[in-house]
Amino acid sequence: MIENPDTQARQILDNLTLYYGPKKKFVAICAGTGCRASGSVQVKEAFEAEFKKQNMDVDVLATGCLGFCEKGPMVIIHPDKYFYEHVKVEDVPEIISKTIAKGEVISRLLYRHPDTQKALFREDDLPFYKKQHRVVFGRNGMIDPSRIEDYFAIDGYQALAKVLGEMTPDAVISEVKKAGLRGRGGGGFHAAVKWEGVRKAHGDPKYVIANGDEGDPGAYMDRSLMEGNPHSVIEGMIIGAYAVGAHEGYIYVRNEYPLAVEHLTMAIEAAREKGLLGKNILGTDFSFDIHINKGAGAFVCGESSALFASIEGRAGEPRAKYVHAVEKGLYDKPTVLNNVETWANVPLIINKGADWYASIGTEGSKGTKIFSLVGKINNTGLIEVPMGTTLYEIIYDMGGGIPNGRKFKAVQTGGPSGGCIPERLLDIPVDFDKLYDVGSMMGSGGMIVMDDTSCMVDVARYFLEFLKEESCGKCVPCREGIRRMSDILEDICAGHGREGDIDILERMGAAIADGSLCALGGSAPNPVLSTIRYFRDEYEAHIRDHRCPAGVCKALITYSINTEKCTGCGVCLKACAVNAITGEKKKAHIIDSEKCTRCGACIQSCKFNAIQVK
Amino acid sequence: MHPLRRLYPELQIQCNTSEVEVEDIMVNMIIDGKNVTAKKGTMLLEAIRNAGISVPTLCVHEAVSRSGACRLCVVEIQKGSRTRIVTSCLYGVEEGLIVNTQSTRVLNVRRLVLELLLARCPESDVLQKMARDLGIEKEPRYTVDTDKGKCILCRSCVRVCEEVVGVSAIGLFSRGSYKKVGTPYNEPSDVCIGCGACVYVCPTGHIEMTSTGDKRKIWGRTFKMQACSKCGKHFAPIDQLKFISTKTGTTMEELSVCTECR
Repeated sequence: MIENPDTQARQILDNLTLYYGPKKKFVAICAGTGCRASGSVQVKEAFEAEFKKQNMDVDVLATGCLGFCEKGPMVIIHPDKYFYEHVKVEDVPEIISKTIAKGEVISRLLYRHPDTQKALFREDDLPFYKKQHRVVFGRNGMIDPSRIEDYFAIDGYQALAKVLGEMTPDAVISEVKKAGLRGRGGGGFHAAVKWEGVRKAHGDPKYVIANGDEGDPGAYMDRSLMEGNPHSVIEGMIIGAYAVGAHEGYIYVRNEYPLAVEHLTMAIEAAREKGLLGKNILGTDFSFDIHINKGAGAFVCGESSALFASIEGRAGEPRAKYVHAVEKGLYDKPTVLNNVETWANVPLIINKGADWYASIGTEGSKGTKIFSLVGKINNTGLIEVPMGTTLYEIIYDMGGGIPNGRKFKAVQTGGPSGGCIPERLLDIPVDFDKLYDVGSMMGSGGMIVMDDTSCMVDVARYFLEFLKEESCGKCVPCREGIRRMSDILEDICAGHGREGDIDILERMGAAIADGSLCALGGSAPNPVLSTIRYFRDEYEAHIRDHRCPAGVCKALITYSINTEKCTGCGVCLKACAVNAITGEKKKAHIIDSEKCTRCGACIQSCKFNAIQVK
Repeated sequence: MHPLRRLYPELQIQCNTSEVEVEDIMVNMIIDGKNVTAKKGTMLLEAIRNAGISVPTLCVHEAVSRSGACRLCVVEIQKGSRTRIVTSCLYGVEEGLIVNTQSTRVLNVRRLVLELLLARCPESDVLQKMARDLGIEKEPRYTVDTDKGKCILCRSCVRVCEEVVGVSAIGLFSRGSYKKVGTPYNEPSDVCIGCGACVYVCPTGHIEMTSTGDKRKIWGRTFKMQACSKCGKHFAPIDQLKFISTKTGTTMEELSVCTECR
């Protein structure tokens, strides 16, 4: 890997990292935001206290997100990589006395295969991890993100030393071009083309920016990278800055991600201290520094020109981009804006080579992609797979399928303005182009799985409601159009749909997509257009028959009691807050649909599945 | 004379229509089948209008920079085999461009924008006339708004206040469909000089300004008007004249003569 170990940059880095080799025996505890919420910090502290008490020299690593959020708090015992799920503070002494001291496995903490109930020992044996290819995200598990030394131990900043010591800026750009790296933020634009544009553009200073304004509901891959491996993003940015000739960079991160802000701040300070940021990086004449810019949580600020406006201190509103950001970006200067995940891929490309990188993925989409898998899915979490993995593999092999034996209905990809993909298209390989072809998009990698209890009209209504709130309000089609589409969807879900509503939604959708100023409005009709495309019958059922086939839209459903199943136990009668249920003891009860508010309390209370929704 | 000069005789009015420098190179394009030449650095909208083709706009005003907010001026362009919709008021002319101002996609956007604005501002005679001229009717499926007045959020008022007057007394606040134009916190503004430039540039006549005798009322504030020292007519708010005096060094005495008597 190291071709020319004698450059000055390499020597300086070697001196910095001399004492940090990969650790052998250590306990890794996921301390991503999800696992923290379920108590992983307490588990970590319990490990530390117990090791101290027993005078044992075992390192405890509070790592970044490990992805399998469904099973948190997770503990992985290295070097055997035993995987324990839902670990509590009380389990800690036993893990130390049995697994760490004697190598014995504690059966009750192991993951069990959902089909066979067989216990699986190691992280790599779990079906969730087995088919993944975690080249970017997998490194989260090897480091404590608050320690730069841990990043050194996994070859951190080696790519930077290589670039500064041995490569010209043009060579860096051509390596990234050869790798075929496309932007992970949604557009899928070739990163090297942007870099080349900025390198050639006239204007000084030039800027590089990491877009960490991840705003899609349910998506958190960028968050987990910024929290879990901030140095990989920073190293990527320094390499990019060297390639384009920038000396100043920004990380735009949502203030709602406090841990990401904290870890990025620590990482930048540590990198400055080690001479990896600031003046004369690694003894070369290249200087570069990074500022953190906290966003206030407007979804539209993920759009490049709105993001620039926000950094400049103006309202986050997009502008027409006929002069590209590579020429006039931040402060009207040449600017490279790449997504967090894109930057994190850069050191890998330099370290392992463009050929290696390009060997992963499909013809047009290279490398891996991190997806967040949420909704009606067994294994909620973050996965990283080669581009071209099918939706089926993602949902069933890694995702473990749909909970409670329900039937898959659709998966929404690409965030709120993505589209809903039906079951018959599950075999499509996921890459930038294929998703676009079926009326959706890659977006930043959110996947929301829906089962047969999801009403597709209601789903479209939900996303349009979100987009209505998040439209910046600058241009007419987006500000007024999304609101009117949302009104019509509200009507349809409330049983006030009219004949012709589908046609008007389609007409509006096409014109809003064409007429909006930025990509938010340009893609906002997608949830409506894609659900009409694949689930038109559901819209028709709502409008013509005043029926919600999935039993979701309250105005269109009635609750009744199956007299054969009802035992007359009276539990539902007590659960009903509006006294809509009547009946004598031990005789079948009745629901008064006039009084019933369809709150669902009776369904939850009934042990005999006697409440029917139609 | 530029119309705003009459309001600001002492100030230089800069007409900001293009971010790109206009060059002396001519480019050739085909617009709706006609051969058209235009100066490089100018915008497509001017080239189209100069060719005698009308394009509706609401947010374009010669006195202020362009935002591309109303979307009425969109046209379909073809470069090579690729066609796309662009905002003609912000898109610079290019050699070899084929422009269609009447394509189905363009007409659908125009129709949508006007339908949406008619539902937002049902009282606006300007919008009604424009819709009539373009053969567009109101869409009955939308429930008309009653709380937006005639404001279409074109932001010309905000821009004139910032770019021409230079006081930024009004701005845009909130997001999405809650967006509104107003003074900070909707309170009478300390920096407003009552000049009425915002009223002048408003395409729909939304902004209310009433002048009676020696008083003018605008944006919730009442301004005292200066009487012309020669003819005695109340012609401008004293605050505006003071502002001009500070900016230009002209004495209040000189400024107390109305433009007609000067």
